[in-house]
Amino acid sequence: MLLVLGRRLANIVPTMLAVVALVFLLFSVLPGSFISGMNEDGRSTIDPAVMERMRKEMGLDDPLLERFAKYVGNTVMGDLGTSFRTREPVTKMLSGRIWPSLKLVLAAMTFAILVGVTLGFLAALKPGSLIDTASMVGAISGLSLSQFWFGLMLMYLFALKLQWLPSFGYGDGGLRNLILPAIALGVGPMALLARTTRAAVLDVLNADFVRTARSKGMSERLVVKWHVLRNALVLVITIVGLQFGSLMGQAVVVEKLFAWPGVGSLMVDSVFQRDMPTVQGCILMIVLFFLVINTLVDLAYVVIDPRIRYR
Amino acid sequence: MTTPLLKVDDLRIALAGDGITYNAVEGVSFEIGRGEAFGLVGESGCGKSITALSVMGLLRRPLSLGGGRIVLDGEEIQDASAAEMRRLRGKRIAMIFQEPMTALNPLSPVGRQIAEMFVLHQGASWREAMDRAEEALRQVRVPSPERRIRDYPHQLSGGMRQRVMIAIALACGPDLLIADEPTTALDVTVQAEIIDLMAELCAAKGTAILMISHDLGLVANMCNRVAVMYAGRIIESQVADAIFATPSHPYTRGLIDSLPRLGERARHGRQRLTEISGVVPSIQAYPAGCRFNPRCPAVTDICRTIVPEATSLPADGLVRCHHHG
Repeated sequence: MLLVLGRRLANIVPTMLAVVALVFLLFSVLPGSFISGMNEDGRSTIDPAVMERMRKEMGLDDPLLERFAKYVGNTVMGDLGTSFRTREPVTKMLSGRIWPSLKLVLAAMTFAILVGVTLGFLAALKPGSLIDTASMVGAISGLSLSQFWFGLMLMYLFALKLQWLPSFGYGDGGLRNLILPAIALGVGPMALLARTTRAAVLDVLNADFVRTARSKGMSERLVVKWHVLRNALVLVITIVGLQFGSLMGQAVVVEKLFAWPGVGSLMVDSVFQRDMPTVQGCILMIVLFFLVINTLVDLAYVVIDPRIRYR
Repeated sequence: MTTPLLKVDDLRIALAGDGITYNAVEGVSFEIGRGEAFGLVGESGCGKSITALSVMGLLRRPLSLGGGRIVLDGEEIQDASAAEMRRLRGKRIAMIFQEPMTALNPLSPVGRQIAEMFVLHQGASWREAMDRAEEALRQVRVPSPERRIRDYPHQLSGGMRQRVMIAIALACGPDLLIADEPTTALDVTVQAEIIDLMAELCAAKGTAILMISHDLGLVANMCNRVAVMYAGRIIESQVADAIFATPSHPYTRGLIDSLPRLGERARHGRQRLTEISGVVPSIQAYPAGCRFNPRCPAVTDICRTIVPEATSLPADGLVRCHHHG
């Protein structure tokens, strides 16, 4: 098991290298730079000589390949460069942002799993019932809602009208500040999970081995507990993994909306100022998170499904 | 005659379609004595499997019991509650299904799936139940059962899986074993082993068998009596030997003629296997009168209008044909 884990983690390295290359090339072909951005409004009066010196310092004049090699080399050594904007090491800026982001994503996913999987299960066990119809209508709405609008509505209702929860900000990092952004972020995966779980459970309920279980004289409750649950879980966990992984990326909007000091909002700010090293660092962070979660999901399969054995 | 173990009387199974209800099975009656092996034969879609499921109380929408009586050991069970049926299922009536690949839970060790029976019906603890599961595997002659109980279904061959299914079905010593095409999905060599094993274990425990198959040869070998179904009705039932010697319904004769037999073709100078022309009509388009009439070589006008009544044959046999004999 540990060997499998090690091997899977090692597989992340080439993927990360490819991502680094892609991100780097993408930014090198984008027009504009941090320096030209400073002068963008046309009213700034920066001495061209100063600008020239800055370009040199930041290495923006070096040939592309050289810059790339240097960047990859530094990245491998754990140095993601220095932010153009704050002059701080990107790793240091990121390290302060990772925990809030992680906390938000974990909370959103917990909400999505608890509510989504439960609703999906209840809906599947009583197809056509009120709870089925209600939860599926809810799921479709949840999928179609824009996070941005839904977040605003949450703020309006729970912060402004009811005044139960703070409308935005990290506060002391406690639960009260976490609830609204987590729900805003989790509602999409929650809806998807409700639908997937419902389909998975219905699928399993029609399986031959469930008929066998019934022919054994088992109560419906035991049929579900002994034979349906685990089999449906295999299908659900795929979606959990995919959603979980991409949630860090989706968090960009919600973090910005709720002024949440995570990787996502740092990335948005850095994009506006063309602070390339920071943007690249953020993207790498998000991709790394995705890959790690995917690896964990693969391992979860091995634990749940005896038919799967990775070599 | 003593009370039969199972008596199915005028069974009707309804299939709910778009606004119309069809009779997927109608007028089906048969009896199975204690320890007797009874065969139900017919083509795919003739209603034999759902007849079995109705005895188990496992019909699911769009199918439902439309009428008739199912009597187990003198007790009518067609209207039994879900809880009452649960107590019968597995304990007194057990069932083996066609596909051993999918009939077992892929995520549960086979030992546990056998052990469930002892936990459910005999109140055994899991530890005790696992010991008995091992014993049950030994009885169905799975090699090294002490290791196999921890195996998952995908680690076993098709034949082994069907042995596990037999172990599950016979775990609580049921009075009746329903075997729905138990060997169809298996290799021919394995088929014989499984059939022999089933027959032997049932004979030893006095378990009656309701054997469902499309294979008349297989059923006739194993069963005391055989009923042939066509398009939702039993068209002939006889003692197994008699059905081969004196088939009375043209459909039965057609089935027997189409069985491949070693040396037969050479002896008769025939090049082709005999076949029954045409296909089974779909349930929306059952013909009036005798449902076999479009395919029958001996069809006359009366066959197209009047449903043939059952005519008695020797030894409790019956046939539904205007021109039998």
